[in-house]
Amino acid sequence: MSAMAEAAHRARADADLSPVIEAIPYARLLGIRASYRGELLFHLPPKPGNVGNPTLPALHGGAIGGFLELSGALHLVMTMDVLRIPKVVDFSIDYVRAGRLQDTHAACHVVRQGRKLVNVAIQAWQDSREEPIATARAHFLLE
Amino acid sequence: MSEQLTKLRKLSELMVKANPGDHFHALGMRFTAVEEGGAKMQLPYSDAIVGNPETGVVHGGVITALLDSCCGFAAISCLDHLCFCPTLDLRIDYMGMAVPGRTIYAEARVYRSTRHVIFCRGKAYQDDPQKPLAYCVANFAQLDPEVVKNLDAQIVAVLDSMEDAG
Repeated sequence: MSAMAEAAHRARADADLSPVIEAIPYARLLGIRASYRGELLFHLPPKPGNVGNPTLPALHGGAIGGFLELSGALHLVMTMDVLRIPKVVDFSIDYVRAGRLQDTHAACHVVRQGRKLVNVAIQAWQDSREEPIATARAHFLLE
Repeated sequence: MSEQLTKLRKLSELMVKANPGDHFHALGMRFTAVEEGGAKMQLPYSDAIVGNPETGVVHGGVITALLDSCCGFAAISCLDHLCFCPTLDLRIDYMGMAVPGRTIYAEARVYRSTRHVIFCRGKAYQDDPQKPLAYCVANFAQLDPEVVKNLDAQIVAVLDSMEDAG
């Protein structure tokens, strides 16, 4: 078994994503965290390395996009019946509010799981879940 | 190069370089060129941007950040004033995987600019521009004319002070 798959199996068994996050350099760069609070949630603590506009200061749109894309992939790693490493096919994001330099959260919802392709919807918010800062959708290929 | 374009190039360079430790630096993005209605950037390979530690392939989010930035610089290049445009939305289609160890290049163009929205398209590639890793479409909002005027004055002041400082 590959080191990644092993980390993923361990994460699923312990309901703790840290081994997978630790194994992915880009996940460490962003500083993504995950937790179970009745559902799987993802968190992005404020980090200077994710800032795009220092005068506001605001998160870089690409950091928010990367956070949501990664959240979608990690959500699949943790929730699919059989463990497979998802590969992103397309990704679309609407930025509906400014992403300030503060805690950002994301939740994912599998809209449709096909045999090979999965459609995932991802929402990001800061102060209140009712006021999202971004909504995204992605297709992942499962191999 | 026109005076406005020279200022635009300086502004774009400033945004990418001026703030050590920000997301541009964390990923290692570089600004390459800007012309009216278009921009180019590049991202050298580094271990920190890897999404799959077993293959060394760069994470898609990194390409999202690169194309978002590149389209953003293209968007501001077709305006009469120096200012910023917030991204409204962005879609990326991944055509292939980035080969580990190689630089990723990005190009973006504005294909329509209206009073309220600027429409951009971009692509990311490695060795062959004809075989992109990813295509994207991104739309940007035009800020209110009042805000733009203020921003323009502030930006010009910053650029001038830098010039004075040598």
